[in-house]
Amino acid sequence: MSELRSAPVPEPDAEDHLRGPAHAPLVIEYADFECPYCAALSARLAGRRLRRVFRHFPVRSNHPRAWAGACAAEAAGRQGRFWEMHELLFADQARLEDPHLWARARALGLDLDRFDAERRSEEVLARVRRDFESGVRAGVVTTPTVFAGGRSFTGQLDAETLAALG
Amino acid sequence: MTDGGVIQPGTPAPEFTLRRGGGEEFTRADLEGKTTVLVFYPFAFSPVCTDQLNLYDEVLSDFEAAGATLYGVSCDATYTQTAFREKLGVRIEQLSDFEPKGEACRAFGVYHPGGFPQRALVIVGPDAVVQWSYEAPSPGELPGANLIFDGLAAAAAPGAAAPAPGSPA
Repeated sequence: MSELRSAPVPEPDAEDHLRGPAHAPLVIEYADFECPYCAALSARLAGRRLRRVFRHFPVRSNHPRAWAGACAAEAAGRQGRFWEMHELLFADQARLEDPHLWARARALGLDLDRFDAERRSEEVLARVRRDFESGVRAGVVTTPTVFAGGRSFTGQLDAETLAALG
Repeated sequence: MTDGGVIQPGTPAPEFTLRRGGGEEFTRADLEGKTTVLVFYPFAFSPVCTDQLNLYDEVLSDFEAAGATLYGVSCDATYTQTAFREKLGVRIEQLSDFEPKGEACRAFGVYHPGGFPQRALVIVGPDAVVQWSYEAPSPGELPGANLIFDGLAAAAAPGAAAPAPGSPA
């Protein structure tokens, strides 16, 4: 039986995509690359001194290319370019079909055959699913959902909340 | 039951009639022999309901693996529910409580005076007895899928489906 019962949002571990100064306030984002609110939030968090963790929360019926985007970012990550792909995906959410993903991989100088094989692999699917399941268990319903300072926030964060994050 | 909030664990499911997508009846007898999750939601096409059903659809295979069948229930007409389901691209079957409006929702204790179901979840066991239920504190609050898996786990635990403390037997 599947294990999707309630559980606290996991602390960052070695598998997480994490960036920012070690002692900055921790912000965990559950997002998908086809979600315009996620892109907007990501841009608003970009200039702040935060320790940011990105976790995938793709929901197919909501955003048909969300899984493809998540797997593309993971495949780029296997060649050391996760954050670069993250930026390129959020920068142009109207272009998330396969040829658009290949174009991004080329622009980043990735080994294209490897990228294409890995983004379709069971390992990458499982990695995306790991993030998604941790979000479901923590009660995430929609994107973006952010965990920070022991609380969760859904949707756009107002200026006051953003300022309080650090 | 209508005044006391959502139907409580240990209570036999009431008699009711809902309509499936093709207009066929869905009654108490359809609950027997399997574990059913009734997802009551206020309105088709409202933004919050959309997110909720999208998420449940994403984990539908996990619900199946847990032996549970999900149905969405609202007071919208069958045609509206079908259009809603097609627009979302979700597989969860919809049941309509359109006429007499809200009668089944009243029987489950989830009818809002505003003319729509409260956002609520009810798990009914194969014996047609309610095993678990949940009512969102407000219609705008979305119950995560994790709550349903908690409910299924609680229902499967020994001694489940005993009346909740303080509830009428």
